[in-house]
Amino acid sequence: MARKLNLRIWRGDSTDGGLKDVQVDVNEGEVVLDVIHRVQATQMGDLAVRWNCKAGKCGSCSMEINGKPRLACMTQVASFDENETITVTPLRAFPIIKDLVTDVSFNYKKAMEIPAYEHPKDLAPGAARMEQIDVERSQEFRKCIECFLCQDVCHVVRDHEENKKSFAGPRFFIRIAELDMHPLDTLKNRKRKAQEEHGLGMCNITKCCTEVCPEHIRITDNAIIPMKERVVDIKYDPARMFSAILKREKRD
Amino acid sequence: MTLERHKYDVLVIGAGGAGLRAAVEAREAGLSVAIICKSLFGKAHTVMAEGGAAASMGNVNDNDNWMVHFRDTMRGGKFLNHYRMAELHAKEAPDRIWELETWGALFDRTKEGKISQRNFGGHEYPRLAHVGDRTGLELIRTMQQKIVQLQQADGREFGDMESKIKVFAECTITEILKENGKISGAYGYWRETGSEILFEAPAIVIATGGVGKTFKITSNSWEGTGDGHALALKAGANLVDMEFLQFHPTGMVWPPSVRGILVTESVRGEGGILTNNQGERFMFKYIPDVFKKQYADNEAEADRWYEDQDNNRRPPELLPRDEVARAINTEVKAGRGTEHGGVFLDVSKRIPAEVIKKRLPSMWHQFYELAGVDITKEAMEVGPTCHYVMGGVEVDPDSAAAIGVPGLFAAGEVAGGMHGSNRLGGNSLTDLLVFGRRAGAGAAAYVKSSGANPVSDAAIKSAADRLEAPFSRTGGENSYSLHAELQEVTHNLVGIIRTRSEIEEAIAKIADIRARSKNVAVAGGRKFNPGFHLAFDLDNMLLVAESTAKSALLREESRGGHTREDFPGMNSTWRQVNHISSFDGNQVNVKAQPLPIIPKELFDLFDVHELEKYMTPAEIAKGGSN
Amino acid sequence: MSGVFSPTRAKIKERTLRTDKWWIEPLITFAVLISFVIYASFRAFENANYYIEPLISPFYSPCLSSACVEGSSLLGTPIGTIAIFGLVISPALFILIFPLGFRMTCYYYRKAYYRSFWMSPPACAVAEPHEKYTGETRFPLIFQNAHRWFFYAGLVFNVLLTVDAILAFKNAEGQWGHMSVGTLVLLANSILLWGYSASCHTCRHTLGGRLKHFSKHPIRYKLWTQASALNHYHQQFAWVSLFGVAFADIYVRAVASGAITNVYFF
Repeated sequence: MARKLNLRIWRGDSTDGGLKDVQVDVNEGEVVLDVIHRVQATQMGDLAVRWNCKAGKCGSCSMEINGKPRLACMTQVASFDENETITVTPLRAFPIIKDLVTDVSFNYKKAMEIPAYEHPKDLAPGAARMEQIDVERSQEFRKCIECFLCQDVCHVVRDHEENKKSFAGPRFFIRIAELDMHPLDTLKNRKRKAQEEHGLGMCNITKCCTEVCPEHIRITDNAIIPMKERVVDIKYDPARMFSAILKREKRD
Repeated sequence: MTLERHKYDVLVIGAGGAGLRAAVEAREAGLSVAIICKSLFGKAHTVMAEGGAAASMGNVNDNDNWMVHFRDTMRGGKFLNHYRMAELHAKEAPDRIWELETWGALFDRTKEGKISQRNFGGHEYPRLAHVGDRTGLELIRTMQQKIVQLQQADGREFGDMESKIKVFAECTITEILKENGKISGAYGYWRETGSEILFEAPAIVIATGGVGKTFKITSNSWEGTGDGHALALKAGANLVDMEFLQFHPTGMVWPPSVRGILVTESVRGEGGILTNNQGERFMFKYIPDVFKKQYADNEAEADRWYEDQDNNRRPPELLPRDEVARAINTEVKAGRGTEHGGVFLDVSKRIPAEVIKKRLPSMWHQFYELAGVDITKEAMEVGPTCHYVMGGVEVDPDSAAAIGVPGLFAAGEVAGGMHGSNRLGGNSLTDLLVFGRRAGAGAAAYVKSSGANPVSDAAIKSAADRLEAPFSRTGGENSYSLHAELQEVTHNLVGIIRTRSEIEEAIAKIADIRARSKNVAVAGGRKFNPGFHLAFDLDNMLLVAESTAKSALLREESRGGHTREDFPGMNSTWRQVNHISSFDGNQVNVKAQPLPIIPKELFDLFDVHELEKYMTPAEIAKGGSN
Repeated sequence: MSGVFSPTRAKIKERTLRTDKWWIEPLITFAVLISFVIYASFRAFENANYYIEPLISPFYSPCLSSACVEGSSLLGTPIGTIAIFGLVISPALFILIFPLGFRMTCYYYRKAYYRSFWMSPPACAVAEPHEKYTGETRFPLIFQNAHRWFFYAGLVFNVLLTVDAILAFKNAEGQWGHMSVGTLVLLANSILLWGYSASCHTCRHTLGGRLKHFSKHPIRYKLWTQASALNHYHQQFAWVSLFGVAFADIYVRAVASGAITNVYFF
């Protein structure tokens, strides 16, 4: 039943660090997080790893496994070849704290910059009526478990530290899209802000966010591109530009 | 190094549903609030709640109202609930759900555009507001975003978004501090750095959730270590009815990567059936007399119920959880279980694959991705897993104030009383909201009337010394192995089925582990060191386990989440008693305390014949208090 | 050092630890796109073998210049003849900008060529070689926002190429009611182009995506649902329709140059 697995784990902190080889038992049906826990309990008592639900629902155990951003609790050991060495590193877009744990506060700062939902002033609690088809688009984005894998893989910040100040990242583009498509939200100007303040234009839709999303949210097709199109609506649409010209002429 | 210090009006320990709701309430009352969470913000165990939030909005069946909900809750708890909590909960739950909608929550809708409600075990009408099967996530996210909204408003008013409400993520509280018998603050450490932190606050809301990690098989994450229960005990508060633990009847038992993970009741609500290794649909054998009227006793009628709920009785798979858990346990013990010690739960034969994926998306997705199990094609292997603790801090229902400690409040799973001996599915999410809000309001009112209560240097020193201790030892016990030992003891000896001799053995073993735990040594440094973290969590779990075992020993009957093999029946005399745990500095003491008497107007909501199953003739004759 | 080698990040010297063959996809994309560009350029400048009654190559339709072969100008020759240093400009060059622009600004092709040509990034979690990155926020990439303009232009071309396909139901003498392999080729090409346009993100947005309340616009919601379903396959449409155009042109060229005969079914 149990076999030996070759694991390479990145250990270290902000001063230094590197990959350490370990051999560990693995049982049928186990995921990478199970194996890391076994290493922790038997060989490296102070190995730092974030985790929580171990069920793919909380998005805590984000790390990079063989170079790909993934949830360790959702990565089955059986998905690798028997003799393959599995390499586990912390997320590479965020500052390292220790071992597999990084400082993800960037994401929480960005969350605070997205203008909150604004409920209609005259709509009492319980009075709201929304049809299912009107809430479904936003519901898809609300599936997000905030694992920040999309934020980690996005080359805009992963490969360019200096862009962090001006780029909210895929997780927050779906938040903006969610609110812009929310049937009751009354806040104006979300589209313009998305472009001018949150860096929507930085995205070159290379779709890595969608590829890594453990919730299979179609981040690019259903949120980012529709938001880009909504920005085109207000800024670059030929029909609207034309009708705006006509209206101006009429007014004169 | 100077100690990091913070001053707030209210300190909320725990950032799950109850904690966040309390924080919102306290901030909206004008106070400054610190929120402490052990993991990252938004990861709390609340995200795991799948089924929904029970509130009698009557959107799907307009016969529903708070009185029906109240009755269901009391029945589910076998009348051991604090009547006032159940009453407040039933009355206020709809408002709490609607309020979430004004904060941006997007529940699934009915055809008329109202919040859709679904059926759930023990609820007479479709009552659970839900979003697919990720309702808990919706609650957490909505409140997380509500807090951001409040922070943005503070940013506009005070120039700093975190000036009045701040989240301290990955921070653990090890001690609640008191001066002059009242709350003065709390002491803890940053998990990342291991450095220490002091909060000065005249009011503390404990909202730390459950205790599942005390047990071997549990649906709870590492966070469920009973921190709040233990902190409250040590601060002088009481725990009530700690013998009542809910073992969710259907946790995955195989494969190992998903062991303990819940298979939500909706799987049964949508048509999942339970069978043993002989293919027998066994639940029909386990319908207790009190439920004979509501539950079908044959397959044909049970099957019809899914189509026509008005003219048929419900399938027995939808009995309250404790009944289902006990039935599964009996089947397994009789040798009719699967090879991994569970039974089969199957939706695949009854519902087409696309419908399962649509109605139970994250269920499907989760098992497929986590373990390669496709629930649209094969049966699941399920068995009881420790899920929820009904017992908890004894509180005043209206203000959520902990009895005996001025300035201390508790809400959510860590508070006791609301659910009696067994919680109905869906009641916990609204419990969080109703009593989270009340705790926030209670704390705010308390702070406004009592003012600050500075922390003394002596209190700080003793808390700091305790934190340093495990690092100064060498060659002591390993916290991981002690934890594993404790889990083994609790699971085998005070688990789902209990007897006197085993409980006594457990009490002795827990005492032994506790003695050895005083000698725990930690390897490595302070920086994000899980071994160090566990050393302190272990201490909490030991207190909780002791309290559970001692309460379980006293209660000589079986009721809800407490099953005694040597006292199999429910006994109305025991219904009149709560078990109150307190801590004297050395050990947990448990004493009996009379249950508050239900007032006449609530008593009259029930059919007397139903009450006869729970109450003594003398109580019936009295007809509630006046 | 920036990016994954920034001083605050975990110290790992490899630019990626991916063990799969991540470079294959961008490599294939690069090879196919570059081949198409080379072929299309050659054909655009060839200025010959693009029309033989009743078939016209999609590269040359509509043929608007008076340099066009007789019979190929569906919409007349408003452009006349333009010559630079005595060289007559190929009629293809006046129109290719539109379909080319549509594809250049397409949300799918952008992904494809940003990855394979610009290596920005070459693949997910593989560090890109560039020091600076500003995305589509400034000149020239801000012009990607013109996708909608090209989308409308693309629709006009779809109509014209459909007309071309219908005209291909004639025989070489201009009589209706005939059908040849060439008819099928042009027909397939126009259908694939419609598929490409209908699955386009801009199309999906214009049909209904921009609405806040679907329930108030049931017909547009229905259209949006259908466009969304097609949109899943936009990548596939992008490739297949590209091959379709190339193949239609190759076929017409082969027939017009006399290399093969356009076989008639009836």
